[in-house]
This record gives sequence, C-alpha cells and structure tokens, in this order.
Amino acid sequence: MLRFVVRRLLLLVPILVGLSILVFVWVRALPGSPADSLLGERTTPALVKEYEERFGLDEPVYVQYWKYVQTTAHFDFGVSVASHRPVTTEIKERFPATIELALAAMILAVGLGVPLGFLAAKRHGGIFDHGSLFVSLIGISIPVFFLAILLKYLFAVRLGWLPSVGRIDVTSEVKHPTNLYVLDAILTRDWKTLVDVLKHLILPAVALGSIPLAIVARITRAAVLDVQNEDYVRTARAKGLPPATVDRRHILRNALLPISTIIGLQTGLLLSGAILTETVFAFPGMGQWLREAIFNRDYPVLQGGILFLALVFVFVNLLVDISYAIINPRIRYS
Amino acid sequence: MRGRLRFGALLAVVCMVSLGAVSAVSGKPTQSSNTFIFAGASDPTYLDPALVSDGESFRITKQIFEGLVELKPGTTTVTPALARSWKVARDGKTWTFRLRTGVKFHDGTPFNARAVCANFGRWFNFTGPFQDASATYYYRQIFGGFKRNESTGLGKPLFRGCSAKGKSVAIVRLTRRSGPFIPSLVLSAFSMQSPTAMAKYGANQGELRGGTFRPTGSYAFSHPTGTGPFKFNSWTVGQRVVLDRNGSYWGTKAKVSRLIVRPISNNTARLQALQTGEVNGYDLVAPQDMPTIRGNNRLQLINRRAFNVAYVTINQSKPPMNRKIVRQAVAHGLDRASVVRSFYAGRAVVAHQFMPPSVPGYNPSVKKYGFDPERSKRLLRQAGLTLPVKIEFYWPTNVSRPYMPSPNLNFAAFKASLERSGFEVTAVSQPWRPDYVKNVNQGTGGHLNIIGWTGDYGDADNFVGTFFQSANAQFGLTRTGEHKAIALLLDKAEAEVNPTKRIALYKKINALIAEFVPAVPYAHTTPAVAVERRVRGYVASPVGSESYRGVSVGGQ
Repeated sequence: MLRFVVRRLLLLVPILVGLSILVFVWVRALPGSPADSLLGERTTPALVKEYEERFGLDEPVYVQYWKYVQTTAHFDFGVSVASHRPVTTEIKERFPATIELALAAMILAVGLGVPLGFLAAKRHGGIFDHGSLFVSLIGISIPVFFLAILLKYLFAVRLGWLPSVGRIDVTSEVKHPTNLYVLDAILTRDWKTLVDVLKHLILPAVALGSIPLAIVARITRAAVLDVQNEDYVRTARAKGLPPATVDRRHILRNALLPISTIIGLQTGLLLSGAILTETVFAFPGMGQWLREAIFNRDYPVLQGGILFLALVFVFVNLLVDISYAIINPRIRYS
Repeated sequence: MRGRLRFGALLAVVCMVSLGAVSAVSGKPTQSSNTFIFAGASDPTYLDPALVSDGESFRITKQIFEGLVELKPGTTTVTPALARSWKVARDGKTWTFRLRTGVKFHDGTPFNARAVCANFGRWFNFTGPFQDASATYYYRQIFGGFKRNESTGLGKPLFRGCSAKGKSVAIVRLTRRSGPFIPSLVLSAFSMQSPTAMAKYGANQGELRGGTFRPTGSYAFSHPTGTGPFKFNSWTVGQRVVLDRNGSYWGTKAKVSRLIVRPISNNTARLQALQTGEVNGYDLVAPQDMPTIRGNNRLQLINRRAFNVAYVTINQSKPPMNRKIVRQAVAHGLDRASVVRSFYAGRAVVAHQFMPPSVPGYNPSVKKYGFDPERSKRLLRQAGLTLPVKIEFYWPTNVSRPYMPSPNLNFAAFKASLERSGFEVTAVSQPWRPDYVKNVNQGTGGHLNIIGWTGDYGDADNFVGTFFQSANAQFGLTRTGEHKAIALLLDKAEAEVNPTKRIALYKKINALIAEFVPAVPYAHTTPAVAVERRVRGYVASPVGSESYRGVSVGGQ
C-alpha cells in the first residue's frame, strides 16, 4: 500500500510538469494581453508597450515559462493583474468557499443519489425505477447554469425562501477562523449562523450537485442490479440472513466500488461547474474568481488557479484509489 | 422490509434537512434600516485612492476621503470641499487654497496646510514601483511626471512645490499654467489622507511583482484614513467592505450608521439581490433590466446625467477619408436620430459634439449634420468619387457599454443608412477585448469604427483634449493642416486658467471640430442606479462615484 502511494506521488511529477506546460500555453493562446483587457478605451500603443515590458510579455516564451516554473516551484503564483493581490492569498481566501460548495454538492449527490439508485434497482421495471431514470436523464441534460438560474428565480426571487447571492448574511459579524463557514459555525456552536450559511449553500449546492446526483443514481442502480444476482448474494439469502443485512453487507458494499470511482471523477466536474454556479449566485469562491480572470486575461491568476485546481483533482483521485482498498479488502495494489 | 424502511428514512432525513433549513429562516436578510447595503460590480483594488484608478475602488474611497474640491452633487460643477476657496496668482501657476479649520482625519490627526503639502509632496516624490502606471495612473495623466522620473514615458511634472502659510493656507506652485488642474482635483485619486496613518501603516511601501504594483504596507488594505463622512471598519475580500459613520465629521453627518458595499459581478445577480432585498441598491444597471425595475413598485431608477459620448471614428489615414468633403458625406449618411430613438429606450440624446451638454464649453450652435442621403451622394460626387464608395466599417462584439448598449444594432442601422447614402459597406466585427479596441486606437481598424468615451472629471480637456490635442491614430490625425489649428487652440485652452476664457475657447474649438469632422458623435446616454423606493437622498453623480452621506433607508 505504502509503495503504491509513493509511486503515485512520484507519478505526480511528470503530471505536474505536463499540466504546467498546458496551462502556460493555453493562457497565452487566449487572444489579447492583460494590457489590452485592463486599459479598454484608454489603451494607447505606448501604454500597451509599457505593460508588456512590465509583465515580461516581450521576452521569448521559453524565458517566460522558465520564470513561471521557478516562481511556481516556490508556491509563488505571482500577483493578480486585476486585483494586485498575491494569487496564493486569494486562493487561501477563496478555496474554502469552493470546497464547502463542492462538498455540499457531493453530499447531496451521494446522499440522494445512492438511495434513489438503490431503490430504483430494488423496484426494477416499476414506476419508481422508470421515474428515477427519467429524472436522472433530466438532471444530466440540464446545463448547470440554467438550473442555477431557474432555482434562483423560483426559490429566491419569486418565493423569497432562500437568499440569492453570497455565502452568508452580509450584515453578519461572525469571525471565520478556518474560512469553512459550516465548520466554523459547528465548532463555535453558533446555530443561527449555521442555518444562515446552510441557507446560502442550498441553491448553489443543488444546482452544482444535480449532474453528479443523476450520475450517482444511475451508476448505483446499475451496480445494485449487477450485484444482487451474484452467487454470494443468493447464498446469503439462502442462509436466511435478514434482507436488510443482505442489502447492506453484500449488495450495497460491493456496489459502492464503481460509485467511489465516479465520486473522484465528478470532483473535476464540480470544480469546473463551480465557475458557472458561483457566478450565478455571486458565491465568493474560486470559480467566480477564475471567470473574471479569463475576462481580464489575468495570467498569474489563470496559471496559478488552474494549476492549483488541477492538483486538487489529481489528489482527490489518488484518495479515491486509496479508498478502494478500504471499501473492498480484496483489492491489492502492486 | 426493514432495509427498505431504513433507506426511505435516510431519504426523508436528507430532504427534511434541506427543507428544514429553508423553512426555519426565510431568504430575507435581517437588515437594520440603519444600514445601507449597496452592490458594486467587484471588490475594490485597495483603499489608497492615490494608487487606484478603477471605479469600484473610488466607490469606497469617495466615502472615506475628501479632496480640496468636489463636485456639486449630481452635477459637474466644482465646489469647495476641504478647501473653502482658492485663487490663482497672476502668473497662472501659483494656487492658494484657504482650508477649512477644525477638520480632523479619522485617526485624530488635524487636517491643515501641512497635511495638504504632505499629500502633494507624497505624489510628487513617488519613486520606483510607485511611478508605474498600474499604481499612479491618474497622477501621471494629470501631473505628467515626478520629481525624478524613472521612465522614459514620463514628462515634465506639472507640480513644482507646496508650502504652508499658517495652518489654513496652502500654496501649490505649478511649473506651467493648467486649466484642468482644479477640475481634476475632484478625482478621488487626489484625496487628502492622514500623513500620520500613512507613515504608521506603511502607505509608501510597495513593490512591482510580476509586473504588477501592490502595496506591501497594511495602510491600503486595513487602515485607510481620511476626513470623510464614513470611517473604515473592515474588508472581507469577495464579500463586503464595511464602513461606519464618522461621528466627528466636520459637515452634515451621514444619515446611516453603517454602509456595506458588496461585490456582485453578474448584472442579473445584482438585480435579483435588489429584488430580494439583499441589497438596497446597485450600480451599472443593464438597459435590459430597466423595464423590470420600473415595473416593480418597490424599486426605482435614479439617472446619472449624461457624461459620455458614443461616436463613429473616421480614420483619415485611409483614403478617401483624408478629404473633409467625404467625411461630411459620412456625417450626413449616418442616421443618428433613428439609432438613438430605436436602440436607447429613451435614455439618450443625439450628440452633435464630443462632450456632453453638462461640461462647460459645450457649444449648442455647432454645425449639425442631419441625415440626408441625397446630400451625402452629392458630396461624394463633388469629391469626384464613383458611387458606391467602398468602405470598411468595424464594430465590436461581446461588449455593452453605457454609451453603447447594443453595438450590433447601432452598426446594422448605420450600415443601412450609409448604403442609402452612396457607400458600399464591408462589415468587420471583432471581439471588444482585445482586438477591437486595440485596432481602433492604433488606427488599424476600418475607415469607420464604432466606439465611445466616459469622462473622468468635468472638464472639456478630458473629452476634446483627450481626443484631438495630439496626433491620435484613432482618427488618423497628424497635428498638421486644419488639425494643427485645432490642436494649438487645445494647447491654449489647456493653459488658460480663467474659467470664462476657457469656456469661450472650448466653444470655439467645438465649432471647429464640427467643421473638421474627425469623427461623428451620435449619442449621449444617461446611465442609472437602481435603489429601493424606501432609499432617500441618493443623488447620482455624472462621473460615477457619489458620496452616500445623504442617503437614508426606510425614511430615517
């Protein structure tokens, strides 16, 4: 197991080098430079030249890349061209918001998707099964941003049940030591703030979690259908074990394997979906920040932010691989 | 069976947690009516006004800081602020400011002539990274250079020195006569800041990192200290800036005890936050959202006076636009009235010159070019051209500006009217950022290009001076011939310090520009701020950042 983890960690090195090249090239492939974007109508050839010299954009690309690698190796992603703040500081402030949102969306997806998929499989061919298939098809088909706009319009604007923007009531004076608002509220036993933070999380989490929910439900259904006809399940039933025990120990546990894979892969989807969801709900996370960086051609933010999210994605998948062994002891790594 | 029940119960619990949270507390914020919550489009950059140039930073600094002069609310008229009065000496270069007495900065430091000179001296003595355009854009624009210029792009500084005469008289000496000097002092960039706080919290510490300036002291992030009606409380990046009423303010104190400005970048999200009551108001209302606001009896629109100009550039470096008669044909061939009537929802007037009527120097009797296709064709024939005259017309995509909400519609209408007037138009569209603006400003766009300008301060120099004083590639100008006469007059107007004489000069310049037709202005628009009906005392400034000291919520 340890060898497996070490090997996977070593494999990260070429992955990171490849990622850094991809991000570097992609950002520069965008038309225009930060000078053009920032100056707008006030652009003059002299100012553009001055900006390009300052940003080092007049240097050969390989020199620019080498400088980028040197600073990135020290976890220095530079300073945002738009906000003038260090990228690492902004990541520290914004990443907890995105993590909280992604976790809420994933909890929703797994918390609802697994039971829905399981029940659909248990009622295979029935109305519930067909209904859940139909709903999950819709869940996969509706674009995240469209669902976000719909949910917001209905539950925030029309019904007024939930807030439409932000992460917490803007007049709140509560301190946030970890920047994970739900965790902070629980640690300080501030239940009023907890409710407020959850209220702000519900709509973005539902919008963001809709696609993973549908996928988890469908995968669970397929896996349960597959597993429940296995010999060992029949044997367990023949031995007279209670149906709930068979479901829990023999069917669900084995069906969880493909679901854990999906969770890893869906993390990437959640992080990219957060760009749209956070924009619609003015949720102050990394998604909204990266969207603005694209418009501003903010190279340091794009390079640092995307590389950081890619790293998170790689690590989550590593964790998922490791979790295989815990979920299913039959799996051994070489 | 028990297993199914358990899963059913689990499902029910998840749903109940969600719905329970929903029903426990409604979506309405628990807002005190003594707090004014306003939504901007983004966070401020930082809160040292001398080092920022964006509207969202100025939105905050305008509340914390004050300058020697300010604009009369809702107008572009310069009025006293921290200076009670000012006068210029006969040489036109020495300005004497008589200051208010008894004014203190938020940290208790007295505001006096020494503080004024400390601020002017600070800007003038900026070195290294502080001389960068990303740090001191407006200082560089207005004052031209520093005590010791460290870049070839900088010129001779306008500022020579400052001396205090007692506590309440500050004398500022300039190197040359400058008409825009006083009007430009309304910019928040030239606000007075506490010398004590700046020294204590490292306001003069900064670095250029990766080509971008950033302050390294804490002053600009957590200790901005001015004399304004609001004091800094806190700033949570991405979420809010909180300001509290300055109880020791020298003038009429702010009506609300707390001001919160929150960044919401998406237009629709800002509108919806207003609809749900999560904010009391927001800026940069999109034209398409205005009917929704008008249709909601809880909300209202407050207009800013027009302070912009939309125009079609004519590039004289591209024949046959080098001939005035052809440019006049273009002016007669653009159906401006129809465009303004059809695509601005009643929120614009037809422009006949390159500055809005609110700016001193506007000349109501300049030559006007009505839409007249036949006259246009006649002029083209007089120029010896064969009809239709082939031209390239550039227009931008992916953009909506206050002066140009729908460039595609403007372009389509102009193209149709030009084609009725003897032109054959080749349409070229480019994304606003980065291609379009760059090509237009560098003169590498079309014969004609749609663009516009929003002013920074209420002075003619900020409009016609910006466009036509130099050899501007946008119009293919070379400061020769007829343009030279206009440019020399603009030089003279810039150096004129007598307001009456300046106004007369700019009126003459506007008349000459209308004859010269370097471009065709077509619209001045009135942007709007949206607020709840219960918000009182909100006066929108034409230049875009107003003080909230007179604002109350819920009839306080």
